[in-house]
Amino acid sequence: MDITFDHVSYTYQAGTPFAGEGLQDISVTIHDGSYTAIIGHTGSGKSTLLQHLNALLKPTSGTVTIGDRQITSETSNKNLKPLRQQVGMVFQFAENQLFEQTVARDIAFGPKNFGVPEAKANALAEQMVTLVGLPASVLSQSPFDLSGGQMRRVAIAGVLAMQPSVLVLDEPTAGLDPAGRRDMMQLFAKLHREQHLTVVLVTHQMDDVADYADHVLVMDHGRLVKTGTPREIFADPVWLTANQLGLPKTTQMAMALQRRGFKFAELPLTTSALAAALLPQLPVKAGERDE
Amino acid sequence: MNKLIIGRYLPGNSWVHQLDPRTKLLASFYFIAIVFMANTWLSYLVMFAGVMVMIAASRIRIGFFLRGVRPMIWLILFTVGLQIFFTTGGHVYWQWGWLHVTHYGLINGAYIFCRFVLIIFVSTLLTLTTQPLSLADAVESLLRPLRYLHVPVTELALVLQIALRFVPTLMDQTTKIMNAQRARGVDFGTGGLFQQMKAVVPLLIPLFVDSFGIAEDLATAMDARGYRGGDGRSKFRVLAYHSRDWVAGGSMIVLTALLLLTRR
Amino acid sequence: MTQAIEIAHLNYQYPDTPRPALRDVSLSVASGEWVAIIGHNGSGKSTLAKNINGLLAPGSGTVTVGGELLTEESVWDIRAKVGIVFQNPDNQFVGATVADDVAFGLENRGMPRPEMIKRVDSALAAVNMTEFATREPARLSGGQKQRVAIAGIVAQTPDIIILDEATSMLDPAGRQEILSLIRELRAARPLTVVSITHDIDEAALADRIVLLNDGEIVETGTPAEIFRHGEELIDLGLDVPYAGRLKAALAQRGVAVPAAYLDAEGLVDYLWTLHSTM
Repeated sequence: MDITFDHVSYTYQAGTPFAGEGLQDISVTIHDGSYTAIIGHTGSGKSTLLQHLNALLKPTSGTVTIGDRQITSETSNKNLKPLRQQVGMVFQFAENQLFEQTVARDIAFGPKNFGVPEAKANALAEQMVTLVGLPASVLSQSPFDLSGGQMRRVAIAGVLAMQPSVLVLDEPTAGLDPAGRRDMMQLFAKLHREQHLTVVLVTHQMDDVADYADHVLVMDHGRLVKTGTPREIFADPVWLTANQLGLPKTTQMAMALQRRGFKFAELPLTTSALAAALLPQLPVKAGERDE
Repeated sequence: MNKLIIGRYLPGNSWVHQLDPRTKLLASFYFIAIVFMANTWLSYLVMFAGVMVMIAASRIRIGFFLRGVRPMIWLILFTVGLQIFFTTGGHVYWQWGWLHVTHYGLINGAYIFCRFVLIIFVSTLLTLTTQPLSLADAVESLLRPLRYLHVPVTELALVLQIALRFVPTLMDQTTKIMNAQRARGVDFGTGGLFQQMKAVVPLLIPLFVDSFGIAEDLATAMDARGYRGGDGRSKFRVLAYHSRDWVAGGSMIVLTALLLLTRR
Repeated sequence: MTQAIEIAHLNYQYPDTPRPALRDVSLSVASGEWVAIIGHNGSGKSTLAKNINGLLAPGSGTVTVGGELLTEESVWDIRAKVGIVFQNPDNQFVGATVADDVAFGLENRGMPRPEMIKRVDSALAAVNMTEFATREPARLSGGQKQRVAIAGIVAQTPDIIILDEATSMLDPAGRQEILSLIRELRAARPLTVVSITHDIDEAALADRIVLLNDGEIVETGTPAEIFRHGEELIDLGLDVPYAGRLKAALAQRGVAVPAAYLDAEGLVDYLWTLHSTM
């Protein structure tokens, strides 16, 4: 399912003296099956953009097309449910949305709202809890008895249980420890790969952008200032640094090596790509070269 | 909700903004009290002139004040209607059963309308030019004598101050949780009463849990920074009257005198 | 050198939990030292921090801060010497405005107002927040709120500052902002820092890293010593330093790499030397 923005602008509290600009003239398409990263510093409009992906916000002007539904400022708030089911959204610190008495009921909450029968919803809860790497024994526990990291997983399971075709993630790893971050990013990559979920990720971690995304949107002051593949985006370190966006650690390392005299046809983005690019330029113990 | 003007603060640096919050609070109460003394066209004109001077001194566009009246308009028209239809006396213009429109009724209706507008203008002016925090300071300062009656005024003031400080945080949190639940298929504000009540549960429980979390964190932070109750604390925020506060007080006396001269 | 913090055989168990959060922890931190405490979530790091200034009372064992034994009587003295910056920038902001928040700790100590004003001004200047003095917290970024929290501590002129995952909820710019601020403050006057963190850059700034696992200290060493664990670090609650990751990737492809830890610069040097032998 494609999501297309056509000249979308959004003004906060439009028509009041407290009005503020949220988005300005955004035109872009998030393609079905893509893994899109949205980057930009705090307050650049990333969150406002996200809320247009499932019509939590409606554009002040312009059109958002989600699958076959068109959303404009005129769109009524009714009948948005099918759309919300198709675009699952994991908010920042998603553990804050838990409220049910048991983990199972919380995960089943979304599907039931979208009309999935009780038995099927419970089966989904069991399936999703395992998928996010929690033991089935937590299903009968209160979500509030779990650790912060486990609660986050339950919340994500609750969104996956809606069986969306687009998964929107707003800094899903914020506040987790490194092992938790790694597991979570690998889970999303797996969902993208195996279930062909379209993933939209908002992040400050350039390493994650380099490792996982195939498309990048750069936001600044409510405008879309750059789009491209990670390679295209990270090919301009000067521009990125000037916009306080930083570079993946691999690219930083490659630049340091380049300054020293190593040669790269193009700046590598991932550790394995850098190692592969270095290999011909380094002596290797006989018989061990594996590529 | 965001369109409500009354109760909001509009940052500024005008003469009215700079008044001591106690002056503004007392003057507003005083003004509202004397509005009820006006009983002639001329006396209402005096009061309107007074409000216009204040609004001019606040350098806030009149549109803000008119907008402040808008959400109250039905209440105002209802009250005005009651006055018009149920006041007796003077020439009767129209009658239908026990409903009648009389000369006095029309005049009273117009007076009530003026009173409402004056009161809304003044309260809007107070909140537009005074931060809630300053108002809390003013209340604390004005209630200070109650300490002699063993009312814990300083503790109450701190509670009020912290409550005000967390209003934006909790509003923010409310929006976030509402969005998260809407994304999971909850419809807020649609369906019957029972459905709407049911929809509020997924909002209220996370909000409570979050508030308790904030309270716990905040208590720990306060503890770590050496808070042990109101005794022995000094104060960083102090209020001080300046010459403009005396001018404001004097103006209220002049206004009262003009009102007394023009009323019957 | 005098010891800023001396912890001996500390045990702590939360009520209604099956096992202790801290087991026989002994640690001394020298005055002026920067110690990072790492460990995965739930390893007891924050519990340790809260025991240092008496927010939690030790089950057994002793805590001595600046030569003073932590007791019910000395706890307020010790809290004046130890400032803690907590994880959530919003939930530790007590004051209605920036200046009010900085003054909060001073008010608690009953400091006369003229002295308070002086301290607030200089603390705000020290964290570069002077122009924000009258701002409300809702209009600040996370990094700015944490700077205000630090100003509140600086105003009390403490000897020790504890960063309890103080940068974990900030964006990379905010994180950098806080770390360089702590470095600046340490350059200006002697300050002991205990930082509890998952952040590799923050841990690298420390003189010493203490590794905590299931409530016990399992290892203590310099960053170079600890970072030698390479890929294992991630399960110990820390990111793997980039140089370590690249080294592993190269070793896998048959490049001879040294066993010792190298930082990024060191690895660049090493690889260039290696390249020159071709």
